Amino acid sequence: MAQITLDKLAHSYLPNPKSDADFALKQIDYVWEDGGAYALLGPSGCGKTTLLNIISGLLLPSKGNVLFDTADVTHLSPEQRNIAQVFQFPVIYDTMTVEQNLAFPLINRGVEKHEVKKRVSEMLEILDLTDKARRRARGLSADEKQKISLGRGLVRYDVNAILFDEPLTVIDPHMKWQLRTQLKELHEQFNHTMIYVTHDQTEALTFADKVVVMYEGEVVQIGTPEQLFDEPEHTFVGYFIGSPGMNILPGSVSGNTVNMADHSFSLDRHYEPISGTTEIGIRPEFIHVADAASAGANGMPLHVKAVENIGRHKIVRGSVNGHNVDAVIQEDANVPAEAFAVIDTARLNVYSNSHLVRGSR
Amino acid sequence: MDKPLNNKAWFFVLPVFFLVAISAIIPLMTVVNYSFQDTFGNNQFFWVGTEWYTDVLSSSRFHDALLRNLMFSGIILAIEIPLGIAIALSMPRKGIWVPVCLILMALPLLIPWNVVGTIWQVFGRADIGLLGHTLAELGVDYNYATNATDAWITIVIMDVWHWTSLVVLLCYSGLVAIPEAYYQAARIDGASKWKVFRYIQLPKMQRVLLIAVLLRFMDSFMIYTEPFVLTGGGPGNSTTFLSIDLVKMAIGQFDLGPAAAMSIIYFLIILLLCWVFYTLMTNFGVDAPEKEVD
Amino acid sequence: MTSARELIFFEVTQNRLILHSISLPNIGKFKQHTMLELDSVSKKVGASLHINNISLTLEKGSLNVLLGPTLSGKTSLMRLMAGLDAPTSGDIRVDGQRVTGKSVKQRNVAMVYQQFINYPAMSVYENIASPLRLKGESKSDIDKKVREAAELMKLTEFLDRTPLNLSGGQQQRTALARALVKQAELVLLDEPLANLDYKLREELRVELPRLFAETGAVFVYATTEPHEALLLGGRTATLYEGSITQFDTTIDVYNSPVNLQTAQTFSDPPLNTISVRLQAGAMRNDTASFGALIASDKRVPDGQYTLAFRPHHVSLTQSPTHSVAVQATVGTSEITGSETYIHVNCAGAHWVALTHGVQRVNNGNDITLYLNPARFYLFNASDGSLQHAPSFNTEVA
Repeated sequence: MAQITLDKLAHSYLPNPKSDADFALKQIDYVWEDGGAYALLGPSGCGKTTLLNIISGLLLPSKGNVLFDTADVTHLSPEQRNIAQVFQFPVIYDTMTVEQNLAFPLINRGVEKHEVKKRVSEMLEILDLTDKARRRARGLSADEKQKISLGRGLVRYDVNAILFDEPLTVIDPHMKWQLRTQLKELHEQFNHTMIYVTHDQTEALTFADKVVVMYEGEVVQIGTPEQLFDEPEHTFVGYFIGSPGMNILPGSVSGNTVNMADHSFSLDRHYEPISGTTEIGIRPEFIHVADAASAGANGMPLHVKAVENIGRHKIVRGSVNGHNVDAVIQEDANVPAEAFAVIDTARLNVYSNSHLVRGSR
Repeated sequence: MDKPLNNKAWFFVLPVFFLVAISAIIPLMTVVNYSFQDTFGNNQFFWVGTEWYTDVLSSSRFHDALLRNLMFSGIILAIEIPLGIAIALSMPRKGIWVPVCLILMALPLLIPWNVVGTIWQVFGRADIGLLGHTLAELGVDYNYATNATDAWITIVIMDVWHWTSLVVLLCYSGLVAIPEAYYQAARIDGASKWKVFRYIQLPKMQRVLLIAVLLRFMDSFMIYTEPFVLTGGGPGNSTTFLSIDLVKMAIGQFDLGPAAAMSIIYFLIILLLCWVFYTLMTNFGVDAPEKEVD
Repeated sequence: MTSARELIFFEVTQNRLILHSISLPNIGKFKQHTMLELDSVSKKVGASLHINNISLTLEKGSLNVLLGPTLSGKTSLMRLMAGLDAPTSGDIRVDGQRVTGKSVKQRNVAMVYQQFINYPAMSVYENIASPLRLKGESKSDIDKKVREAAELMKLTEFLDRTPLNLSGGQQQRTALARALVKQAELVLLDEPLANLDYKLREELRVELPRLFAETGAVFVYATTEPHEALLLGGRTATLYEGSITQFDTTIDVYNSPVNLQTAQTFSDPPLNTISVRLQAGAMRNDTASFGALIASDKRVPDGQYTLAFRPHHVSLTQSPTHSVAVQATVGTSEITGSETYIHVNCAGAHWVALTHGVQRVNNGNDITLYLNPARFYLFNASDGSLQHAPSFNTEVA
């Protein structure tokens, strides 16, 4: 187990990168704490897999260094770095049994026979695969195969980190839950440093203590799931996290008064004058749909276009003065014929040129 | 209940059926017919039962030729399969050299059998052939026309040169189909090059290797043109394989009955050996849930 | 409806995030509506039964979701509908006309797969034009329709490129545009968004059905995700091991599943279940009591049942609605920022509680969960059939 330091790391797939745009991964400095569960979240092409491959040693960065604790491992190969990786599609050794698959990395490292046996049977127990130990791995289901790939990493006890590259892609929804929970429990049990790459916000948020949101080769925010939900530092984070994503509306702020969609609200906090394009962000969860009687002064007339009942709750898709607004209401709530959107002003965020601006109380 | 929904399909199979009938089944049945009869010409035939079969099976001439065939196929498989795998493994997977390598590999396959025979026949001659002459200059006593070992070496080299490419191309197609993640996982697991080959590349090449082994076995077992062009089965009978013997018997001596019996036996041997190869190679490593593996 | 004529796309390409909002033009005149009927259709491959006696009627201009796990028969069923495979027994009819055994070519069907399938050697333009060329339409007609569809799918600037030079989302939109111009009577989408980014999927999922609804086709969408079925709406058929367990309005299947199997297929996170004994109106097992069964029109006799409820009907605080208290042990918890998933062990059963806000609970601790008895389902313990369902307010404005 180790703390992983990314020191002025950057990567370009071009031999002679000139401008910023040539970099698939723009400069990043960050310390992954020992024993932490991290997620790298972003759309495809954002550089998250590039970063993962640099950490695992499959890719040599164009610039900067990777440190495991205090040792510089930038030029070390994956096997020398002593890490484990689980890939998008399950990688198993077809001709071997489940047992032999788990023993493989140990035997390759010259671990003693009885020790191999002990660890493998332990790992089979942990992964719930004891009854399939002597089956050929190729006949197993996708989720079982993924467990084996994970087991091949865990069985080595001392791995510096376990890296996951969209490991649940080929798994059915029901099994996803089981595998994810098991992963979480394993993390709590062994305290390995884990880095999980995904484009799926649910997977990232539920798995990780800290989520690194990436966009266009850049880290736009690193934070706990709560921070990403409550105070997205970039409008992209607001849009990308949450479903539906945050409502972003053009507006303006002066002092403690905010104006959006031709409505003004007073806030419990004070803003300095803002330069650049000002936008107001409010999550659909914090918009209350009310009728005329209960809306009060803060209600904005909401033109409802559609209501989607998704079982757990309903999503109201509508517009306020021509601006699209989504709201989330409870599963048994109704949308009144004459609807008003009431905003929880305490949960409203202000953005200048897409970046969060914090007010003072 | 399971009746086919569309009977039209049969009409499409019909032409192929006729073609196969004319080109394979009818000749085969004629041969079967001949093998149970004797003739003295004039289209007069006598039923002789299984006499030709016992004759052929007990003749040392047949035993020797069969042994030569088995030995030849054994040598060919033992050289071409590992060599083909080795070359395929060392070929580049990406970049501009891929098409160059592929074209180089495909070249020998484009040359007809008899041309290959002629090329090597001339190439190996001590008087005018580049190889034969050079060897003679170096003081090596090489003469395929008089020395049985030299004739064998020449034929084996000929076949290896001509057909290893096929194995290479088949193996290469199997290798490039392996996803990169497998190699990455193996590196992370600390697997040696040999283990990568043994546990990833070889299992993933299993299917194409099966095809390669079957093709090369059948082809080499039916070898005819190369020894025929080179020495006509000599020196002595040293390169008289079953096919050459068969032709000698049927066309040279006009012994239609024994030749027919021999070709049926020949055919059955190939069929049997192919079946053995097929079962061996498909059963190797196949998952059987009820069967536990130690 | 204005919403049906508006399309929003988020496009996440290599270096940019682009938001498109456009309104829909009409793509020519649409054909007479059709209807697809499957009459006791079965499909056997070798000894295994892939499709087991399915009867379905898909209405004109309707959106139908096939929901089921991998290998439940979704793709097999779609292949039968398309005419790619012939059923082993049973009939398929379009507008009352028997089409069983008719080839795909003779039927006006469009299909989009999970994999991005386009002609790799053709430009995007030619890809979209291909079904029209087959129909032998005039050059000017083709050009007009291709450009309209490309505009709709935001592909205009990529028309000269070949599909392999496009992002996944753009490739799939090319396939969708091709299906759209075909003006097929039957549009089959087999997990078309499964290989796309989560966020892109979310956007397309909302707009896709509206787009195709315009064409008046019978529209079938296969998915493994309950969430996707709910977002699409329409009607849902749940598949399990080659059989359709239920076919009804999506929200009704979700709210009143006919059996436990359907309820489990249609629940993400998984449905919480526990085996209980009903006696004198009260439910309990050996270790816990689950309160009284709320009376409904149908009287449920005493006996052994499976009690089930959805994860979001569990609360950590007592309230008039959440009145049934049960003791549980925390396994692990997952915080998403807006919600907390708490995995618990209760009387031997593994449950998930989906609670609002951030809840901090320590692993291994005992906690009290409050269940909402108005949201309880009861299934027959032996055959899994529904015995009691909560009543829902399903009114939509």
